[in-house]
Amino acid sequence: MAPPSTTRSTNDMVDVLIIGSGASGAAVAWSLAETKMRILCLEQGDWMKQSDFPSNGRDWEARRYGDFDISPNRRARDTDYPVNDDNSVMKVANFNAVGGGTVMYTAHYPRMHPSDFRVKSLDGIADDWPVDYATLEPFFTENDRMTGVAGLAGDPAYPPHQPTMPPLPLGKTGTRYAKAMNSLGWHWWPSDSAIATTEYDGRAPCINLGHCTPGCAQGAKANVDITYWPHAIRAGVELRPRCRVREITTNAQGMASGAIYYDADGIERFQPAEMVIVACNGIGTPRLLLNSASSRFPNGLANSSGLVGKNLMLHPWPQVRGYVDERLDGDHAPMLSIWSKEFYETDPNRDFVRGYTLQFARGTGVVNEAITSASVGHLPWGKDHHRIYRDLLYRRIQIGVACEDLPEEHNRVTLDPVLKDSHGIPAPKIDYTISENTRRMMEHGIVRASDILTAAGATNLYTSRTILNSPGHLLGTARMGNDPERSVVNAWGRCHDVKNLFIVDGSIWVTSGGVNPTSTIQALALYIADSIKQRLATLFD
Amino acid sequence: MQTTSEPGLSPAESRDLRSLAGLMIPASEEFRVPGADDPVIFADIEKSIGRDMEDVRKALAKIAELGGGPFSDLDPTRKQATADSFQSTATALATTLGRVILQCYYRDDRVVRSLGLEPRPPFPKGHTLEQGDWSLLDPVRARPKMWRDAP
Repeated sequence: MAPPSTTRSTNDMVDVLIIGSGASGAAVAWSLAETKMRILCLEQGDWMKQSDFPSNGRDWEARRYGDFDISPNRRARDTDYPVNDDNSVMKVANFNAVGGGTVMYTAHYPRMHPSDFRVKSLDGIADDWPVDYATLEPFFTENDRMTGVAGLAGDPAYPPHQPTMPPLPLGKTGTRYAKAMNSLGWHWWPSDSAIATTEYDGRAPCINLGHCTPGCAQGAKANVDITYWPHAIRAGVELRPRCRVREITTNAQGMASGAIYYDADGIERFQPAEMVIVACNGIGTPRLLLNSASSRFPNGLANSSGLVGKNLMLHPWPQVRGYVDERLDGDHAPMLSIWSKEFYETDPNRDFVRGYTLQFARGTGVVNEAITSASVGHLPWGKDHHRIYRDLLYRRIQIGVACEDLPEEHNRVTLDPVLKDSHGIPAPKIDYTISENTRRMMEHGIVRASDILTAAGATNLYTSRTILNSPGHLLGTARMGNDPERSVVNAWGRCHDVKNLFIVDGSIWVTSGGVNPTSTIQALALYIADSIKQRLATLFD
Repeated sequence: MQTTSEPGLSPAESRDLRSLAGLMIPASEEFRVPGADDPVIFADIEKSIGRDMEDVRKALAKIAELGGGPFSDLDPTRKQATADSFQSTATALATTLGRVILQCYYRDDRVVRSLGLEPRPPFPKGHTLEQGDWSLLDPVRARPKMWRDAP
């Protein structure tokens, strides 16, 4: 793109410009701070305050359908950008603020498994990652320490690791699940959760507000605005909120020269930088790269492979719920408490490869029970409403099937030719279908989840095959690899085409695993930051 | 609280919505709860429509079309038939309309108390969660390693 025009305000040069302050941007900022380089992070959203989160007020459940909806299209804050997801069976969930999606995540915090990095070698499909679990292991550990992870060592489904705090309590619901799983002889374990169960790094412990996803009013949930960012800022990193980047600029040598953005007053500015790190998630990053097309990079920045935006993975996530004969924990606790890896690894006896995690959820809230049950015809209008509602309230148990989504190039992010954000920047458009392998996996998981619910005494089972606007795992659209023709970034996050441009978010994932991605996204970001620090003298060679 | 930034419902729309709310969730002496057409609850519903205003208007128009006139003017039998028809033919709008009503009904103090719950937000008091019996994990602890080595 052309250099900054004379009508545009130009800021002082920084050494490192990070775009996006979410899970990966925060981690890389904190890690690089020790270099004493001048580091600036531009974030399109604003700082969130714990006192503004829904669980402070009586309308806490309703706000999940409003200003804290997980869909940017419905939420429509001025800090959001629209996403055209009409041509996708799954809808996009995200949050745009300091802390990014971690403000709105459920804090279920599993790591990827060792086999997830060797899909081609082990199962003959997709591709291997250019890094492996052993390489990332120290960064998982460092990330756990920075985040504060509740869990229990000894899970036979994982290589040994030691969570930093005791696990979330089982509660009545977890106990019921545990007994059911033992009766079936299937694996279960308390989940690693990014929720403080003791005081941790200035954060108060969980008091079971029960509405973790739309922000934790207690501050027990580890969103990165209260974990990494205070440390990074104290170490000298500058974070500038309400600054929306339009494009990354390049110079005559084809190197990144900075970014053009709109500040909080809507003024267009140019931020020059020696190095640019993109951390905008699997939708925002390809959007930005495609919006940074120029005469030198006509198909989008760092896109000589043609893979920017392709291989979008979203984690199809069926959910099965049922109702038991007693009141359980409902929404009086963090939603997730335990997982099962019984069906995680590939089994040649099945009609699909790879596998899934089963996530055991507690119930739901008073309002949400009514809304979701009415929407599927389980809660009638009229005289029977009250009686039937009382048979549902706090008796729900539900299991999510976290399916591995394999990369397919037709699942992709492009620029919408019409839709734009409030600054006139073209919005992303996604095209996405669920593969046959994944569909078979989903059906397998639905049957197993139904078996478990039945063993737990549940009846009145109901299956949602795709959950609207969930789970918000945006992966794979600027994949890493050693071959520049088959990947966008190299094994340590540097773009093959632009040697001072790095990507650290979920877009660099090669495959998706069957787990919530935040822990691995952050471990990867720390690994890339460490790789940068190790190579400072020859970084752009 | 969420509040609407768009113009509110017209008096006719308001009457129809209130009438529908009362049919959807009637008052019950057995459970000692008001209906969703209760003045306090309905006032909350009206001011909380917010970003659903356009869909609520569409829903009410659809109901009027199905009923052949203003919903609030129909006799009870015709109201029930119209509501049934609306639910079966306009699923998405029925879900939206239901959510608008339910999200306010189930936060009313009287209703929440009738469910045996304390009418308060989760923060700052929170809730107590029993620890559970961790010895249930013993058979899982005894399992051999399950993850695959990946050289």
